[in-house]
Amino acid sequence: MDISFVILVEMLYAIASLVLISAGLAVVFGMMKVINLAHGEFMMMGGYATITAVQLGVNVFIAMLIVAPLVVGVIGLIVERLVIRHLYGRLVDTMLATWGLSLVFIGLATMIFGNTTTGISTPIPGFAVGDYQINGYNFFIIVVAILLVVLMYAVLKGTRAGLIARGTMQRSDMAAALGYSPDRIYMATFFCGSALSGLAGAILAPLVGLVPTSGGAYIAKAFITVIAGGPSLIAGLVSSATSFGFVSQVFTFAISPVIGEVALLVAAVILLRLMPQGITSRFFKGKL
Amino acid sequence: MSLKRREFLGAGAAALATASLLPRAALAADTIKLGSILDTSGIFDAYGKPMDQATRLAVADINAAGGLLGRQVEIIDYDTQSDMALYSQYAQKLTRQDRVDVVHGGILSASREAIRQTMRKTDTLYFYNVQYEGGVCDRNIFVTGVTPTQQVEVLVPYAMKKSGPKVYILAADYNYGQITARWIQKFVEENGGEVVATDFFPLDVSDFGSTITKIQQASPDLVVAPLVGGAHLSFFRQWAAAGMNTKIPLASTTMGVGNEHKVLTSAEGDGIMVAYNYSQELDTPENKAFKEKWKAAYGDTTGIHELAVSTYQGIMLWAEGVKKAGSLEHDAVVEALESGISIVGPAGNIAIDPQTHHAILDVHIMEVEDQKMKVVETLNQVAPVDTQAVCNLQENPDDNMQYEIEI
Repeated sequence: MDISFVILVEMLYAIASLVLISAGLAVVFGMMKVINLAHGEFMMMGGYATITAVQLGVNVFIAMLIVAPLVVGVIGLIVERLVIRHLYGRLVDTMLATWGLSLVFIGLATMIFGNTTTGISTPIPGFAVGDYQINGYNFFIIVVAILLVVLMYAVLKGTRAGLIARGTMQRSDMAAALGYSPDRIYMATFFCGSALSGLAGAILAPLVGLVPTSGGAYIAKAFITVIAGGPSLIAGLVSSATSFGFVSQVFTFAISPVIGEVALLVAAVILLRLMPQGITSRFFKGKL
Repeated sequence: MSLKRREFLGAGAAALATASLLPRAALAADTIKLGSILDTSGIFDAYGKPMDQATRLAVADINAAGGLLGRQVEIIDYDTQSDMALYSQYAQKLTRQDRVDVVHGGILSASREAIRQTMRKTDTLYFYNVQYEGGVCDRNIFVTGVTPTQQVEVLVPYAMKKSGPKVYILAADYNYGQITARWIQKFVEENGGEVVATDFFPLDVSDFGSTITKIQQASPDLVVAPLVGGAHLSFFRQWAAAGMNTKIPLASTTMGVGNEHKVLTSAEGDGIMVAYNYSQELDTPENKAFKEKWKAAYGDTTGIHELAVSTYQGIMLWAEGVKKAGSLEHDAVVEALESGISIVGPAGNIAIDPQTHHAILDVHIMEVEDQKMKVVETLNQVAPVDTQAVCNLQENPDDNMQYEIEI
């Protein structure tokens, strides 16, 4: 009984962390079609922003939920103005440019913070479920992921800004004809995407030892999740994170963590073979 | 614009020409040349930089004491930038162009194997001063770092005595982790215990949530974790976050080599058991003097780690060998080093094992306490029994390979 509860929590946690890792990329790549190879580095910078803020005496939750997204969002804004905005619609060029950016960010982080592992400890203590100890922070990650999905849905579906953003991504010429500046809207959307990446990096920071090259560990998973999700932003994100999180945890518990990772990749290959356009090209069609 | 570029090119060429003259001028002086080849930039610089500082400190010490054979020692160093391809290139340069008398360096096993044959072919004496998986058998190389048995043989019985016979192993998934895990299993069984499970993790795995649950399902008395690198540091953090650090004792053969215990908070790290050749907390006159010299040269002592001390001791052992041989001639120095030479370094007495060219050294069992390594027990002069099982350079002086040690 206890063990099934613990495994359920671990599974939800795995799904929630995939959602967090991929949310920023879902906006930048899924919505805006910018292949952001520096996504992992945006997360890494979110982590460093959190750790630096905590060391300066900021409350850890404020650092994670407010400071890090703002800092990374602003960095994203600068990057968008200087580089990305010249490259909209040029997939290969953005790949090259953002890959270069990722190297620059790694280099800068190494110069500023040094090539050593840093970190902060988790702000929530563990607790016991029957004979088992659970990491209390897992619940925090699950809650944040749920709130994030609800918030994204509410903003995109329920607000005028969300409607304008979605419209512009589909037909920027029509949006322009209606009097909205696609340039501004792209900028704002990229800011949001970057901020989400920063948030993910910040939330995961207390769980890992952070080094300037940490971003590389997330990038593959984020792209797999977003691509397998397909055209619908939120339904795709949630459905693919759920499938991959479920598959990898089942194999992790049944066999070993390495097989769990392998199973995730195999699942992705099979899924994309059966549904090349992603899950939401077949299921949840037309949903957001 | 074109004029500017031409000017620039001209100036550059002139600078290059002068730069290439410099080593020639240095060659003319009658110094002993010590080659150093380390990653002082790139992803391994956390290991390489303190090793480079230790090299400079050791040579400064030797020169301050009047040099060797009445000559000063000069360092010729190359930064391999954490790039394995540069190792072979700079090894060629050191041996054929600079014609150094000895080479100290290499960090990863891959880097050592990249340059070992070059050193051997050119009869250049080579010191590898790093903790590694053991098994290298080559008369031209001397290894001053600890091998897995030197740690595990000491650590496992101690940790089992403190906890119990059921052991869970978590190891990094490459040759060091695989080999170390097998040694842990062997010593656990020899001490009457049982390994309930072994899990291997690729170096980029940073999520250990499910593993921690699996460990609890197996409910071992002790977890031994030879995990490597920044991503794996997450395990110690998540272990503590789940509140497990007060439930099941933890031992490691790698935690602390890159000063990881200073990254973890004391609440997270306290109580983790490790075994190394060196701890900054060692209370010996040699260590105090070493730390003071380090502080005078580099400002503070936070950078000193196991590998830096191994490097310092490696150079001192080489110097002792040269003194004893009374010459720099390759075979004479090797024979002097094989005569059971030893020095007292910052980490205690360290001797060369003639049979394997590895080090016989003191191993200290330590527990992390308040971000420091508190020494709880010292075992004097532990031999590298893993490498001794496969390598005998006295009987087989022409041996030249790295054995996979069967257990």
